Amino acid sequence: MENLERVVKAHPFAAELSPEHLSVVACCARNVRRSPGEFLFKEGAEAGRFYLVRKGRLALEVDVPGRGATQVESVGPGGVVGFSWLFPDHRWTLDARALETLIALEFDATCLLPKMEADPALGYALTKPLLNELYKRLNQVRLGRLDVYGQGRKDSVGGGT
Amino acid sequence: MSLPVLVSEGKHIEDPWLPAPTRVRRVWQELDDIVTLELEPPADFQFAAGQFNMLYAFGVGEIPVSISSDPATPERLLHTIRDVGAVSHALCSLAPGAELGLRGPYGSAWPLQDVHGRDVVVIAGGLGLAPLRPAIHGLLGQRERYGRVTLLVGARSPDDLLFPAELSAWNRGGALEVFVAVDHAPSGWGGIPDVPSHVGVVTQLLHEPGFRRGFDKQKSVALLCGPDVMFRFASRELDLLGVPRSAQYVSLERSMKCALGFCGHCQYGSLLVCRHGPVVPLSSVQRWQGVREL
Repeated sequence: MENLERVVKAHPFAAELSPEHLSVVACCARNVRRSPGEFLFKEGAEAGRFYLVRKGRLALEVDVPGRGATQVESVGPGGVVGFSWLFPDHRWTLDARALETLIALEFDATCLLPKMEADPALGYALTKPLLNELYKRLNQVRLGRLDVYGQGRKDSVGGGT
Repeated sequence: MSLPVLVSEGKHIEDPWLPAPTRVRRVWQELDDIVTLELEPPADFQFAAGQFNMLYAFGVGEIPVSISSDPATPERLLHTIRDVGAVSHALCSLAPGAELGLRGPYGSAWPLQDVHGRDVVVIAGGLGLAPLRPAIHGLLGQRERYGRVTLLVGARSPDDLLFPAELSAWNRGGALEVFVAVDHAPSGWGGIPDVPSHVGVVTQLLHEPGFRRGFDKQKSVALLCGPDVMFRFASRELDLLGVPRSAQYVSLERSMKCALGFCGHCQYGSLLVCRHGPVVPLSSVQRWQGVREL
């Protein structure tokens, strides 16, 4: 368990966790490995876990009728994957597939959530980096929705048109 | 904050209003809507990275187009153009041997001489890579004069990435670290060969561990070119990383007509982008950045 604590601590997500919280969180973690093409989870399945990526890269994909699976985001080392465990109805809203050999820490929500609810300080310590990650991702999605590379100004210089 | 010095005003021609006739040597399609023209440069033509020419499609009109080739080889003059308006469409339709008019070069340059010893972060979005390519050639041509050089490139999709073969070659060469982000990609897209590639927005690349390793906010200078929204978001991220606005340079995008600072079409606040720009330190324009419809 001590080794796993060290591994969790090395991830940027856990940078500000206290040693006490770290040991509690590590109790709910395990190392997982996926080969290229393997799924971490699939859309619609029960979302009872979240992941901290240690090595490799994965794609978050949405199946679009007529277009097939489309990558909407990729996540690499240092990234966080999976927020659906926090929100009803606790179902994955997209697929997560390894693009290359992936090593991640998997956290079991059924283990973690009761501990977070029993100890508000732990709950806050974990919710804070999760909210930070969600805020970052929300801003990225907003920027992506603008489709900024779509069309430039007609016949102007610089700025990529 | 002093503004960049205007590098030249169409030195090669006596009358800066008069386009010099030139011809298209070669044409090739970069992307569905983007074409590169190789032109016969006027005699003694020299330019600095970041400058533009006014290109005249006879009978249609004249537009400013950034130069996308290496300033060290001015005899090979390239313009990379998106087919987005009447004049650019006419230019993109030119065949080898066709005649067009050229005035230039005009405008300010990327401050490559002023940033010796610094780390250089180049951020390009979409066709913004074209005006930055001369700067990249300049950095690589005198590589020993600079610290770490990184290039962050954003595009809509893998099919919209400009100069993908060069991106791979630059990263393979090791003198330049390249990172790519596309807004979306087909399933299983693993990136362009030999380049760390991501699905997401270009600003995300500033948080990639590969980029952040060795990043030094005190030493870094950023060169940005892309759609207005992109560089606003990118500069905000650079602010958060601690890169001062005086060390962030941007190529402004405005509609230009005369390129000589007379007509005022390209006015941005108190700047005339054709004379004071297109490359300016962000600190010189930040007060107008939040002003809508300026």
